[in-house]
Amino acid sequence: MFFETLKLAVQAIRRNALRSVLTVLGIVIGVGAVIAMVTIGNGTTAKVTADLAKLGTNLLSVNPGQFGPGRASSEAKPFNYRDVEAMKQQLLGARAVAPLAQKTATVIYGTENRSTTVIGTSNDYFLTQDWDLSAGRTFLDGEMRGGRAVCIIGETVRSKLFGREAPVGRSLRVGSVACEVIGVLQAKGQSSFGSDQDDVVIMPIRTLHRRLAGNTNISRIFVSAKNGGETAKVQRDIEWLLRERRKIAPGKEDDFSVHDMKQILQATAGTTAMLTGLLGAVAAVSLLVGGIGIMNIMLVSVTERTREIGIRLAIGALESQVLMQFLIEAVALSVFGGILGVILGLSLALLATMALGVPFIVSTGIVLVAFAFAALVGVVFGYFPARRAARLDPIEALRHE
Amino acid sequence: MQKAIPKTPLIEFRSVTKTYGTGAATVHALAGVDLVIERGEFVAIMGPSGSGKSTTMNVIGCLDVPSTGQYLFQGVDTGTLSRNQRTRLRRHFLGFVFQGFNLLARTTAVENVELPLIYRGLAPVERRKLAIKALERVGLGGRIDHGSSELSGGQQQRVAIARAIVTSPRVLLADEPTGNLDTKTSREIMDLIVSLNRDQGITVVMVTHEADIAAYARRVIRFVDGRIDSDTVNREAA
Repeated sequence: MFFETLKLAVQAIRRNALRSVLTVLGIVIGVGAVIAMVTIGNGTTAKVTADLAKLGTNLLSVNPGQFGPGRASSEAKPFNYRDVEAMKQQLLGARAVAPLAQKTATVIYGTENRSTTVIGTSNDYFLTQDWDLSAGRTFLDGEMRGGRAVCIIGETVRSKLFGREAPVGRSLRVGSVACEVIGVLQAKGQSSFGSDQDDVVIMPIRTLHRRLAGNTNISRIFVSAKNGGETAKVQRDIEWLLRERRKIAPGKEDDFSVHDMKQILQATAGTTAMLTGLLGAVAAVSLLVGGIGIMNIMLVSVTERTREIGIRLAIGALESQVLMQFLIEAVALSVFGGILGVILGLSLALLATMALGVPFIVSTGIVLVAFAFAALVGVVFGYFPARRAARLDPIEALRHE
Repeated sequence: MQKAIPKTPLIEFRSVTKTYGTGAATVHALAGVDLVIERGEFVAIMGPSGSGKSTTMNVIGCLDVPSTGQYLFQGVDTGTLSRNQRTRLRRHFLGFVFQGFNLLARTTAVENVELPLIYRGLAPVERRKLAIKALERVGLGGRIDHGSSELSGGQQQRVAIARAIVTSPRVLLADEPTGNLDTKTSREIMDLIVSLNRDQGITVVMVTHEADIAAYARRVIRFVDGRIDSDTVNREAA
C-alpha cells in the first residue's frame, strides 16, 4: 500500500514537472544554504584548529603598548636589541626569542615586481613559527651581525617573481636594496585571519633596520617556551623583565603586552564556530519559507484535483488513504528538493573552500539534519492540504468542474 | 462483512427523508421514501431534476446518509456506520458509473480499472490480472494501455464500467450512464449493462431521464418532489 501511494505521488509530481521543480526551489535553496554555510564554516574552524595544533611550541607574542579600548599602542616605545639580548639570556624557559620589524616594500626581479611584506628577524623566527625551508639555508651569524643584504623568500614571492627559475643565489631587489636570495620557505598557505603568509621576504633584522627602515625599532618579539615548559611562567618572567628594563614604577600599568598565541587562535576558533551556527540558523529560515511554498502548491493541487479525489473516495479510498497520498506527495516533493539541496550545497561549499584555501570537510551530521528537516517541512506543511483533501465530501467533489 | 441473511432485501429504505439547509432555505430532497430492491433487479430511477433521484442514488451509494428514517443495506442500518465503514461498504459491495465517466487523466485504461483494487490492498500481479479480465468483459481487451484521452466516449464509459465491476460488486450504480453518448453508443453501453445484470447477476440501479434508456430496465421508479410517484414493472425488458 505504501509503495502504491508513493508511486501515485511520484506520478502526480511528474505530471507537473516544471511546477514541481519551481515548488521545491525554496527547499533546494534552504537545504543548499544550510549545508554550504555549515560546511564552509566547519572547514574554516578546522583550519584554525589545525593552525592551533601547529603552534605546539607554546608561542608568546610580546608587543609594545596595551591593546584594548582607549589605549593607543603606538604611543608606547618599541623594543630594542638589548631587550632581545636580555630576554635571550634571562628567560630560562624560552627556547627561541625572535625580534620582529616589518615594512612593506616593492620587490623586483627581472621584469617582475610585486608589493610584499618584508620582515626583519633572526633564525629564531623559523623556530617560533615552526617553519622550514624548501631550498637554500638560513642566515649565518656573520650575516646577522653585519646586516648583510641576504634574504629568504616565501613561496608566493618565489612563484610570482621567479616562476620556474631557481631563486637561490639570484639577486632580488627589495625596495632600494639588492639582496641575495639564500633560501626559500615552504608553502604555509593562508593564516587563520585570511592573509597569505607566503607573500613575504625575510631578511636579518639589522639589514632591514639599516637599509630599509632607517631606525632600530622592534615592533614585536616572538618567544616560544621550551617543550614541556610552562608558558604561563615564561609569560610572567617576560613581564617582570620588561617592567624592569622599561623602568615602570610599581603600581603603574605595563606599557607592553604579552599574548599567548594559542589563546588568540582559540578565541578565533570560537568566533568562527559561532558564526557558522549563526549563518546556518539564518539559512534554516529559508527552509521554512520553502515549506510554505510547498503548502501553497499542495493547496492548489488539492483544489485542482478535487474531482479526482471525489472519484477516489467514491470507489473506496479511505480518508486516511487520501490523506497519505497527499502527505506522501508533499514529503516526496520536499525530499526531492532536499536531495537537490544537498548536491547544490556541497558543490557550493567545495568551490568556496577551494577559493578560501580551507579544507573541505563534509559533516554527515548536518547533511542528515538538513535532509531530515526538509522531509519534516514536507510533513508539517503537507498535512494541512492533505487533510483538506481527505475531508472532502465525495458528492461535492464529484460535482466539481 | 456478514453473510446476507436470506429473505433480507438487498436495499431497503424505511421512510427516508433528506433535507438540505436550514430555516427558510430548507430543501426537502427526499420526503419520506419507502423502497425495497431485491438481489438481481434492474431498476431505473426517473424523474425531473430536483425530484430526489440523485439524492436517492447518493444514499444507496453510501455517499450520503438520510436525515431521518433508515437505509438498510443487506439488513445493516447504514446510519449507524462511520464514514470509514461506509467507505469499506462501497469498496466491497458497490460499483459506480458516472455520467462524465470520471476516469483519471493521464492514466491508462488498466490503471484506472486497477484503482479500486489498490484501495482493497491487492497485490500488483493479481490486480492487473483482474483489471485485464474486467476490460475484456467490457470489450476493451485490446486497449488496456491506452490513456483515457486516446479513447472515445463510449470506450471511456466501458473503462468506467470495467472499473465498477472489477471488484465483483453486488450493486452497480449508474448515474446517467449514457448522458454524454450518442444513440448508437448508448445502445451498446446499455446492452453491456443488461448483460452484466443478466449473466453476472449484478443488481443494477440506474438514474436516467431518458425513457428509451429506462426501457432497458425491468422496473422503473418515478420520483416527483422527493416522493415515489410510480413504481412499475417493465415486462418488455429482456
